[in-house]
Amino acid sequence: MINIWEVNETNEMIEKENLDVRTITLGISLLDCIDSDLDKLNQKIYNKITTVAKDLVAVGKEIENNYCIPIVNKRISVTPIALVGGAACKCPEDFVTIAKTLDDAAKKVGVNFIGGYSALVSKGMTTADENLIRSIPRALAATDFVCSSVNVGSTKTGINMDAVKLMGEIVKETAECTKELDSLGCAKLVIFCNAPDDNPFMAGAFHGVTEADAIINVGVSGPGVVKTALSKVRGENFEVLCETIKKTAFKVTRVGQLVAKEASKKLGIPFGIIDLSLAPTPAIGDSVADILCEIGLEHAGAPGTTAALALLNDQVKKGGIMASSYVGGLSGAFIPVSEDQGMINAVEAGALTLEKLEAMTCVCSVGLDMIAIPGSTKATTISGIIADEMAIGMINQKTTAVRLIPVIGKDVGEIVEFGGLLGYAPIMPVNQFSCDAFVNRGGRIPAPIHSFKN
Amino acid sequence: MEKTMNKVIITVVGKDTVGIIAKVCTYLAENGANVLDISQTIVSGYFNMMMIVDLAHARKRFGDVSREMDALGEEIGVSIKCQQEEIFEKMHRI
Repeated sequence: MINIWEVNETNEMIEKENLDVRTITLGISLLDCIDSDLDKLNQKIYNKITTVAKDLVAVGKEIENNYCIPIVNKRISVTPIALVGGAACKCPEDFVTIAKTLDDAAKKVGVNFIGGYSALVSKGMTTADENLIRSIPRALAATDFVCSSVNVGSTKTGINMDAVKLMGEIVKETAECTKELDSLGCAKLVIFCNAPDDNPFMAGAFHGVTEADAIINVGVSGPGVVKTALSKVRGENFEVLCETIKKTAFKVTRVGQLVAKEASKKLGIPFGIIDLSLAPTPAIGDSVADILCEIGLEHAGAPGTTAALALLNDQVKKGGIMASSYVGGLSGAFIPVSEDQGMINAVEAGALTLEKLEAMTCVCSVGLDMIAIPGSTKATTISGIIADEMAIGMINQKTTAVRLIPVIGKDVGEIVEFGGLLGYAPIMPVNQFSCDAFVNRGGRIPAPIHSFKN
Repeated sequence: MEKTMNKVIITVVGKDTVGIIAKVCTYLAENGANVLDISQTIVSGYFNMMMIVDLAHARKRFGDVSREMDALGEEIGVSIKCQQEEIFEKMHRI
């Protein structure tokens, strides 16, 4: 039988170490809503989402009450809208109407975010894909909860450099369209390489076409729990360190598995995957950077950071894999800057640069995330940064992503405040040398060779 | 088929005072909840009690018990928390 020490350990994790389930994300296929009439399409989308997800928030709250575990977000992901809207939308403005429908549906069912305003263009763009991409700035400015993502490359197809170039411009335009809100629109836009079909985390969640009609995916969290566990093994060797992370990740993930199974049972929707993640929040003690410090670094970004992050990421997966029947999504440690107080401190101390962050993304999920850069940064420079990150994903057969916020009207040294879980960030300097000629070439980078690994 | 167990973990944390266990147990008895296990300790100077209770034959549902225990805790000046057992079982047992 469970004993008092085990009960206290679990409750301390929840009460003092910010253990939570970060998100229950309900994936909904909108393929059966496709219609060549735009009004009918919007109506079908609204009806389907508000029917399938009507109990999501209530069930989430019930589970929270049953176990006293916070479930921070309840979210929805849908089929990439470029696919759903292709038959009805003849111009970018048509796609914006779908964004508004998604936003209305999200508000009706009471979720925090709805993802899937997306296009998958890793090899080429259809007219619908391009129209959707060109509508992103206005769609994100006209909605509150819609999140957008574009997959511009994969290990199998290479990198669509035309899309990379376009996305640099779209990120800039999104920043301009939401400049009154410190370019907040860009916090809801992710550019991917090797995007997974079942990611429950925003802003990059969408419901892939390989998925069932509806599915429950759960993202766990718990950097504070790992940090606290590691503080008890200070000075011990790497074996002890790694074992501690594994055991802790196991416990954290088991809670996610329980919540996912319960949500699945109560909603009558199949369980998809657990995303084994260390997802930080701006709350004190809920930081991945603090774990890196606990492992032995003065600040995230110091020499040794990439190795420390690599071992952390790997042990989280090793511990989590056994705790869950199905694992998927992004799974690993997230290193968003604005959403992690330890990362913010590291940037402010001068320990962490964009280039070091890029190196860190080689060994963890997911990428250059929630990084504020000067609003004056050129679109081609943003495309260059995107291309670099996509190349890391393509060559290393992993998911990588870019979520940069060029804050219009602000420059290095200033602070931008996004609020809530999105946090705040010091604006980081960007390498000023030009990559115009590279980005403007046009075409594709071919898929990489899968042998001769060095 | 006989109704299986519905195990709930009740934790009481707060400043030690006369009659905490009595009041909690009185409430449980009045509502048909069967106490399976009790352990008690002091953590950082605070009274800390854990009870494993079976609500399978209780007259109230988990949600109501949880709310009323919370209110009872406020009355006594301690924190009382009800959680279904699975969260501990899943986390600490393979």
